[in-house]
Amino acid sequence: MTVIENPSVSIKNLDLNFGAVKVLKDLNLDIASGEFIVLLGASGCGKSTLLNCIAGLLEVSGGQIHIGGTNVTWAEPSDRGIGMVFQSYALYPQMTVRGNLTFGLKNAKVPKAEIEKRVARAAEILQMEELLDRKPGALSGGQRQRVAIGRALVRDVDVFLFDEPLSNLDAKLRTDLRVELKQLHQQLKNTMIYVTHDQVEALTLADRIAIMKDGLIQQLASPKEIYNRPVNKYVADFIGSPAMNFFEGTVDSGVFTAGNLSIDLKGYEFTPTGKLGGLAWFGIRPENVIVGGDGPVQIDVIAEIVEPMGADTLVWTHVAGAPFRIRMDGTSTVKMGDTFGVSFDPAHASMFDKVSEERL
Amino acid sequence: MTRVSHLTTADAQLQGPKGPKPKRAFSGANLFIYGTLIVMSLYYLLPLWVMIVTSLKDMAEVRMGNIFSPPAEITFQPWVKAWSEACTGINCDGLSRGFWNSVRILIPSVLLSITVASVSGYGLSMWKFKGSEVFFNILLLGAFIPYQIMLYPIVIILRELGLMGSLGGLVLVHMIFGMPINTLLFRNYFSSIPQELFKAARVDGAGFWAIFFKIMLPMSLPIFVVSMIIQVTGIWNDFLFGVVYTKPAIYPMTVQLNNIVNSVQGVKEYNVNMAATLLTGLVPLVIYFISGKLFVRGIAAGAVKG
Repeated sequence: MTVIENPSVSIKNLDLNFGAVKVLKDLNLDIASGEFIVLLGASGCGKSTLLNCIAGLLEVSGGQIHIGGTNVTWAEPSDRGIGMVFQSYALYPQMTVRGNLTFGLKNAKVPKAEIEKRVARAAEILQMEELLDRKPGALSGGQRQRVAIGRALVRDVDVFLFDEPLSNLDAKLRTDLRVELKQLHQQLKNTMIYVTHDQVEALTLADRIAIMKDGLIQQLASPKEIYNRPVNKYVADFIGSPAMNFFEGTVDSGVFTAGNLSIDLKGYEFTPTGKLGGLAWFGIRPENVIVGGDGPVQIDVIAEIVEPMGADTLVWTHVAGAPFRIRMDGTSTVKMGDTFGVSFDPAHASMFDKVSEERL
Repeated sequence: MTRVSHLTTADAQLQGPKGPKPKRAFSGANLFIYGTLIVMSLYYLLPLWVMIVTSLKDMAEVRMGNIFSPPAEITFQPWVKAWSEACTGINCDGLSRGFWNSVRILIPSVLLSITVASVSGYGLSMWKFKGSEVFFNILLLGAFIPYQIMLYPIVIILRELGLMGSLGGLVLVHMIFGMPINTLLFRNYFSSIPQELFKAARVDGAGFWAIFFKIMLPMSLPIFVVSMIIQVTGIWNDFLFGVVYTKPAIYPMTVQLNNIVNSVQGVKEYNVNMAATLLTGLVPLVIYFISGKLFVRGIAAGAVKG
């Protein structure tokens, strides 16, 4: 793991308990200045809790939070140098857009001229000059979320916190705003911490993704690394849609065997610590399985279910008793019941220990 | 491609039921519903009718005994007498004294109880502290204890505070007894406001009072109207506390009404009694009529989700 010099946000040995339930356990995370970090995980994994702790909206049970080099563990949310965007937008319904943008600044007793300047800048960046005198009720979902981002923007802070900001929007708008968010980050270069359960958002936006489960960070790495070299079976299974295909079997002298399937692991890069024998999981992503092709592993399959999805066609089948998914080209003409040959290269696979589920 | 031909079939050629289902005006269910409604409204409206017509008759006509018939000759004398001439004890200035007493009790009691209840409801829903739920449950328990049990202890407390028999004492009692139900109302209303709004305000640097006044209050007109209706009718109609904790000079209207109607001296003036009763009931009635509209408007205003 790389050590980050002068982290923008630094979380040290953070614990958070709700009564007897330990939500966050001894969590450590350093975030570089200007970095876009995505906290990704299933619901209940503690990702939103962690964000609320960073914002100061939840009191921590143990550990420290540093923002911009200052220990803010006991500081009020407004004194931490953060701006926050919520899933439900959380705009003040009785105030105009301008009122929403200026509320925090007025509380902080920012001079009037300065407020004007910042609102004008935020409105320009987010292209919402004509919305300033409207009430939130008269805005569409996308416009509301833009105002919510604007409210964080005018605070002129170093760190932006996003709590599932796109989850309330419809699919098309979500894609549009996602791109806008990425542009915004490239333009502003603020540190951004973004919570989501949507892996597409995570993979597209993040510089680094932290995958969380049960209050622990499972893997903290770039999207590419997380996708291609997941550190354990949970991460491998969680990331990727359709999910990775798994076979349960044994490894013995460089060969993986599951039922009548036997795979020569030549080309697979074992981790330095991974043991080379015993019970294991073999995982291969559906898009790494090629119809026909001359990969080292050749299998014949029968298409059980065919799901055309436009750009791709997804074929469901079984191999060695385990469900097996193949992602094919959208123009493929495979029909239900067809038999055809597929191949893949173990170099693209991920292997995990049966018991510890750690990468081999 | 198969051609979709049935779409071109003319509407007239369709067989069997089509279009909206016909409704029968005189179905058994309708007769039952409207019959019940009519009987129920008669049940409630008839006494009101009797009160109104009797209050408009003179005593000679009342004695004839036709209580349902409209007055042969309309007179407003009973209303005037009830308002400004009827005697209770040595005072013969009618209900007007009680009316103004009640107003002087009502206004501070309602304002105080709503203020206290809204702030506690806000605190209990948004600023949860360790033991806040226990605290709230204890408060709620207060709503279930019969008033009679607390009557005498409160006499002692008021006496020790030097408030026994004073207007201030009665206002305090109304405020305390209004707290459980109104705190519950406000707490539940504020709980329905998204937590994220509260969090956003905290990130924006607003404290306890700033969030209350600038964010929560403008959003809670409906619940204030509801709470006001409950408090105004409750306090105006109160008899027990008024008679126990005050003295004759500041008796509220309800107590004075009782004293007029139940006075044993002289002839029973039914027309004056009816007029006095109607006068006493007028305030809650007016509140219902005015705030009913406000209530609907308030809900409509609060319905815009941000």
